[in-house]
Amino acid sequence: MEHSHSTTSEVTFHHAASDSTKRIWRTFWVLLGLTVIELLLGLSMYAFNLPGWLHLFMKGVIVILTLAKAYYIVSIFMHLGDEIRNLIMTIVVPLMLFIWFIAAFLWDGNAYRTKRNRYDTYFRESTMERPLNSADTSKHGFE
Amino acid sequence: MATTAVAQNTRWWNGGRSPFNVEYGKLMMWYFLISDAFTFGAFLISYGTIRFSQNFWADPNHVFNAFPGTGHANLPLAFVSLMTFILIMSSVTMVLAVHEGHHGNQKGVVKWLGWTVLGGIAFLSCQAWEWTHLITGEHAVLSNGGIDVIGTTVRGNPWGLEVHGAAVTEALAKTPHENLVKLVAMEHHDMPHQQLAAMGDQQLRGMINTAELHVREAGPIAFGGFFFGITGFHGFHVFSGVIINIIMLLMARSGVFERRGHYLMIEKAGLYWHFVDLVWVFVFLCFYLI
Repeated sequence: MEHSHSTTSEVTFHHAASDSTKRIWRTFWVLLGLTVIELLLGLSMYAFNLPGWLHLFMKGVIVILTLAKAYYIVSIFMHLGDEIRNLIMTIVVPLMLFIWFIAAFLWDGNAYRTKRNRYDTYFRESTMERPLNSADTSKHGFE
Repeated sequence: MATTAVAQNTRWWNGGRSPFNVEYGKLMMWYFLISDAFTFGAFLISYGTIRFSQNFWADPNHVFNAFPGTGHANLPLAFVSLMTFILIMSSVTMVLAVHEGHHGNQKGVVKWLGWTVLGGIAFLSCQAWEWTHLITGEHAVLSNGGIDVIGTTVRGNPWGLEVHGAAVTEALAKTPHENLVKLVAMEHHDMPHQQLAAMGDQQLRGMINTAELHVREAGPIAFGGFFFGITGFHGFHVFSGVIINIIMLLMARSGVFERRGHYLMIEKAGLYWHFVDLVWVFVFLCFYLI
């Protein structure tokens, strides 16, 4: 099956293999740095009693940092960034489904929680960290 | 500029060559990884759905705070950081092996693949310790009005809301004999089980320091299933990646790729290994960080 020459007939041109491993190690330090920042944010959420909005904001920052790590792994380590546009698109475009996938299913879980809190008093009272002020409808939906 | 770009763009789809400019096996590896990404994505998203449907969820800083050899020291996220570092590091050694392959350097490929295999085995060992620690952990949890001692399993989640004061005393009064024995044994590891079992309930209750006893309600039951299911599925990927890398290592060492004239197989194995690292980035995010 395999031919003795160094390329297969399917590949039209080769990207020049880089001579140094500098880019690989730079990516390693970037990934390590991002992970350390994530850990510091995660630990500070644990160490300090942050207000709700800041807690949520920091989780958002951690998610964005994770996406940045994913970008570096796929683009540099998996060399997708060095491939031609056709290949990048055939991989990235199907992954766009995740936008709907994540939004729809988290929305669904949240809707189930608000409905249950509204109609299932036992569930609401036994699982809340602090008893709810009945005027606060943000946690169990509007009446 | 514009004309050459157009000429090149149209050329790709004229037939006779891969419109993606990659070899068949590599393209199929990419497509396999997309399908695998959706499998992992579905698992993690269903975890998210269940988590969003609950008012309370376990704080990862409480669940994952142990480190081998430090006893009961509270070290949140320390061990999982080590695991993450090991996996990133083995991803680096893998990409270095691929790099040596580009230059046809057999010795370099063998060396870096060896480190990659070692990293994979180290990660799996860490996961084995972590699972053992969670499953065999002893936590006091409210159960049927009394208190039971359970670990983190697919059938038990000891990480619910904390219980304080009178509720603990009340639950202790309703705790059956065998659970009292377990509670006392948590603090008195040196006492033989038979000796404790022979004691009366009142005596056992007297030996329990209620101020030191951390009692929680049982948390959402889905936690263990999702945690062990998803990290187990990821661990299985790491395991198969290690096997693939060992095969690549043996083939590289015996000169199979040297005779073939290229190291494309190493690139394909590399794609799989980096994907395993990529998935861990998201498992780390969903279970340990947020």
